[in-house]
Amino acid sequence: MSILIDDVHKSFGSLEVIKGVTMTVEKGEVVSVIGGSGSGKSTLLMCINGLEPINSGRILVDGTDVHARGTDLNKLRRKIGIVFQQWNAFPHLTVLENVMLAPRKVLGKSKAEAQAVAVEKLTHVGLAEKLNVYPSKLSGGQQQRMAIARALAMSPDYMLFDEVTSALDPQLVGEVLDTMRLLSKEGMTMIVVTHEIAFAREVSDRVAFFHKGRIHEIGPPSQVIGNPQQPETVAFLKSVL
Amino acid sequence: MFSSLLDTSFSLNDLLFMLKGAGVTLMITAWAVLGGTLLGVAFGVVRAVSPWWINAPIGAVLDVFRSVPLLIQLVLANSFKTIIGITWAPFTVSCVVLALYMSAYCTEIVRSGFLAVPSTTRRAARSLGMTWRQDLTDIVFPIALRVALPSWIGLTLGVMKDTAMVWWIGVVELLRSSQVIVTRIQEPLFVLSIAGLIYFLMSFPIARLGARLEARWREND
Repeated sequence: MSILIDDVHKSFGSLEVIKGVTMTVEKGEVVSVIGGSGSGKSTLLMCINGLEPINSGRILVDGTDVHARGTDLNKLRRKIGIVFQQWNAFPHLTVLENVMLAPRKVLGKSKAEAQAVAVEKLTHVGLAEKLNVYPSKLSGGQQQRMAIARALAMSPDYMLFDEVTSALDPQLVGEVLDTMRLLSKEGMTMIVVTHEIAFAREVSDRVAFFHKGRIHEIGPPSQVIGNPQQPETVAFLKSVL
Repeated sequence: MFSSLLDTSFSLNDLLFMLKGAGVTLMITAWAVLGGTLLGVAFGVVRAVSPWWINAPIGAVLDVFRSVPLLIQLVLANSFKTIIGITWAPFTVSCVVLALYMSAYCTEIVRSGFLAVPSTTRRAARSLGMTWRQDLTDIVFPIALRVALPSWIGLTLGVMKDTAMVWWIGVVELLRSSQVIVTRIQEPLFVLSIAGLIYFLMSFPIARLGARLEARWREND
């Protein structure tokens, strides 16, 4: 049970954004990915659940080749939850309906089952009071927690977080990080692309430093953040801390 | 002054005759809106998701319907059907031409509603394991509907008033029936006021319905 990324290359047109990335994320692990803007971190997440095709290499999720021709991506995505920088609420549905939609449509759960799961997950992220309001009535932090609950309602084995606090007002960042902290304590396997270095240091089992489409350094936070070995890592950390 | 206004030879039978015309107007509108909307949704979705080489020809054909005056379309279609030996009644021709005319506008309304749905929202839906089709039916259509509804209501009201042109090919609808009475009793202001009132009474519920739906949806925005 793992996500295995093997020499992945990815280009947008002539611009190569991922230049041969290899890493493994074991079940139960929390891996943070840090690095400057445009270093390919977010793109890598999109490649993991097949939202973006790759040019070469391969990505295996529990042994299934994500980019193989015969792979049923819709099925694979059930076990990979992803939360985006822009929370992407479905504006025409209430908070509860947002979370119920995929369990009903994709997993074929009954309305009662889907509702039970949705209420549980929304309670978990602290939105039990907001079940029947529309997303537009929520703050950014609340919408982002709703997006987390929406992904969790599919009972994924893996959760990918794509700079989920970058678009939030500073005072709303904490509540979202708390929710993620909670998930990591519960043993959720997570890949967290983030600019929150302190958070990465605190919750991660390993931290990967991305620079210009490559992983320059990967290891325990005490090393990569506490005692970086590569000059690029040192420079990056200096610029953000 | 009032007495002279009320002193009219307009009879109850005349009113019934006009109401019958109004019924024809409503029927043509209903068929045109039904056909125009169905075709418009189909073309609009195709235009929104297709590559340019499918998109461009559809756009070009629909542009013809949007660019040529409706009156000319009606007369040409009515003559053309005789030439190629179709035996449609003028009523049918009217419905078909107006439906095509409406579909041309409706296509653009649907297309822009469709494209107004952010790709990131759709991506979120797909990331949850929803299929392309589920994304369309559960995410794109409901959101696009909210965007497109005001324009669609406007278009529908426009088409209802445009039905006034079909009397040129011999259909007796509200305007034509009014004119028949005007010719007979020579009271154009009075008769046309009544016709205008009837048009208003037919349009008003549609406009109200649109406003109510919009208000309800706006609460969520």
